[in-house]
Amino acid sequence: MVTTPNGFNIDNTGQRIVVDPVTRIEGHMRCEVNVDENGVIRNAVSTGTMWRGLEVILKGRDPRDAWAFTERICGVCTGTHALTSVRAVEDALGIEIPDNANSIRNIMQLNLEIHDHVVHFYHLHALDWVNPVNALRADPKATSELQQMVGPNHPLSSPGYFRDVQNRLKQFVESGQLGIFKNGYWDNPAYKLPPEADLMATTHYLEALDLQKEIVKVHTIFGGKNPHPNWLVGGVPCPINVHSTGAVGAINMERLNLVSSIIDKCIEFNKNVYLPDVIAIGGFYKNWLYGGGLSSKACLAYGDIPENPNDFSPDQLHLPRGAIINGNLNEVHDVDVRDPEQVQEFVDHSWYEYDEPGKGLHPWDGVTQAKYELGPNTKGTRTNIQELDEAAKYSWIKAPRWRGHAMEVGPLARYVIGYAKGHEDIKDQVDGLLRTMDLPFDALFSTLGRTAARALESEYCGRLQKHFFDKLVTNIKNGDESTANVAKWDPSTWPKEAIGVGMTEAPRGALGHWIKIKDGRIENYQCVVPTTWNGSPRDTEGNIGAFEASLLDTQMERPEEPVEILRTLHSFDPCLACSTHVMSPDGEELTTVKVR
Amino acid sequence: MAQQVLILGIGNVLWADEGFGVRCVETLADQWSFPDNVKLLDGGTQGLYLLPFLEEADVLIVFDAVDYGLTPGTMKIVKNEEVPAFMGAKKMSLHQTGFQDVIATAQLMGYCPDELLLIGCQPEELEDYGGGLRDVVAAQIPAAIEIALDRLAELQITPTRGEGDKSNLADPSILRSAYEDGRPSEEEAYRKGDDRFLTLSAK
Repeated sequence: MVTTPNGFNIDNTGQRIVVDPVTRIEGHMRCEVNVDENGVIRNAVSTGTMWRGLEVILKGRDPRDAWAFTERICGVCTGTHALTSVRAVEDALGIEIPDNANSIRNIMQLNLEIHDHVVHFYHLHALDWVNPVNALRADPKATSELQQMVGPNHPLSSPGYFRDVQNRLKQFVESGQLGIFKNGYWDNPAYKLPPEADLMATTHYLEALDLQKEIVKVHTIFGGKNPHPNWLVGGVPCPINVHSTGAVGAINMERLNLVSSIIDKCIEFNKNVYLPDVIAIGGFYKNWLYGGGLSSKACLAYGDIPENPNDFSPDQLHLPRGAIINGNLNEVHDVDVRDPEQVQEFVDHSWYEYDEPGKGLHPWDGVTQAKYELGPNTKGTRTNIQELDEAAKYSWIKAPRWRGHAMEVGPLARYVIGYAKGHEDIKDQVDGLLRTMDLPFDALFSTLGRTAARALESEYCGRLQKHFFDKLVTNIKNGDESTANVAKWDPSTWPKEAIGVGMTEAPRGALGHWIKIKDGRIENYQCVVPTTWNGSPRDTEGNIGAFEASLLDTQMERPEEPVEILRTLHSFDPCLACSTHVMSPDGEELTTVKVR
Repeated sequence: MAQQVLILGIGNVLWADEGFGVRCVETLADQWSFPDNVKLLDGGTQGLYLLPFLEEADVLIVFDAVDYGLTPGTMKIVKNEEVPAFMGAKKMSLHQTGFQDVIATAQLMGYCPDELLLIGCQPEELEDYGGGLRDVVAAQIPAAIEIALDRLAELQITPTRGEGDKSNLADPSILRSAYEDGRPSEEEAYRKGDDRFLTLSAK
């Protein structure tokens, strides 16, 4: 047994279980664990199985176009990557955006945050807790009573409604189309819900599908189109004209009213469905407090949603910025992403190489030079790995560190940091939830805590969306219709060389794009994405990352059915599409689980 | 009321021939203008975001790169209930929700289009990140478009020559010519991939 510098005990002697790929995530990921004779995970190895090279495709391109490329990295965070990219370019060139652009960008970013959280919970993560097949056994009347108890203000709660949904579900399952519900371990004892709770949650799975269609209309309104909205260096590409006929496509009162009604729907759903579901489902899993990993020790957030344009100082950000290390919640460090000593990427256990082994590189000086080699204890071949050797290089994900520390990023990290900083909204939400569920503060440091933090954040983002909508409307009423600053649009106005950084809080965590511009073209572009932080391999010192740490000490019901592993990994909402790159030669999303 | 038709191109333009579907829709919009009941959409690698478009449509025509181990450039036409299975297999998925899941979800919700037509093309190269269409695949775009136009003609839909509505297509900076012509050189851009996954490529 080994103790890592960041305080985790690792023992790789037990039975090895390989889950490849981990399903219901974006991109491809593999996970290996060792379990002891009692089925408890004692070692975890998470690896991105795909090569990543986004940076190199941007070299030589026009910086004003970078957003359109970064929007294509991934099928989920399209808008967040685009926003991060335009912020990086604006930072490099000293471009200030107008007030309306800040409000509109915030509304779009918050909207994406809510969309992602809702879709993640209901369509990617809920099935780790909810059994839709068991829902067929539910009594619709009892389900109706349960609904009225946990979400009394939700209008869809009659026994007839649940009976209809149950029949629809039954037809779907009986037609052999299990489709979206496949890959489930539906008779595993890890599922604890009574059939009525399963039916209620599965019903909300369907309601969330309808809601998410509404939510994204905001992107069409402000971004001109969806699923790939337009972005603009210097502001937002949507003119405002609330007075008259004006330009086609301009933002008018009718469109603003539609945005307002969508914001209200988000708020209602979060309050009446999403949060009550998390509390109700969580109530049946209160004894399953595994998965805390790094969250009680080391959390990082860049912060986002600036109240005013161009001001990213920490007290001006609605989503908090800061770093917590060594488990000391009494001290929240500020984060400076420009400081070469703070954010660094290491590659000692990644399939890349630097000129100087053991060194970490700041993203502005980042290098993406692949080196695929396997350690001596690898089992299998170069093209068919059966078991990785984590003592050597073992992942296509680099290992980012903050002042040398492995960090967790994402909703739980943001909430731990917000709580530690005394952020009022966050503190109220967290205290309220723990009180309702009758759980101690430490319960937050768990897989369920991560899932709950996401729901709380969705609720908070709904309120923030309304705040920025009101701000936008007030500003427009006061006669300010400006949405873009194009004074520095022409490259002839740019310096010969410039460097910049853009930061956002993507739904799954801190996202940064670092850019170097030379002679009007991109010279270097590095993205450090949230899943790189959470899914990072070990570093030079042997510190383990958030995924690996979170799996340790988890009791598995049946090692050949990795429900518990999926549960915890899904709670991070991993997105491997941008942290690594494809591809499985046959794209079948069928997980093979090998017990060795 | 006229049937609503959605012509959808899917795939990731950043992955060489994976961009086939998106490029077909782009080319179609370059050459033809359609009546209001036909919508052209670049669906990228999106999943659930595409549901509202499916809900509006009675007929769905999808262009996509489909890897079935055939000779590169071979066209594959699949109709109706065979479409989901076809798109599920042997298709690399960068998609959070593969397109077969989008169709399954639309079926579950009761608003899947009545008619599905997949116009697929066997890719040559998928492992070239930042790359464009290979010649043999690009050469099939006119044939693919012809198949779509034939089906539209059967539906009594007559387009007119000339550029159509491009409001739901890619930003100009990543339209095919800008994207492929603006690519940095091999020396500048490191393009070696993961050799465990290079078995499909010609090298």
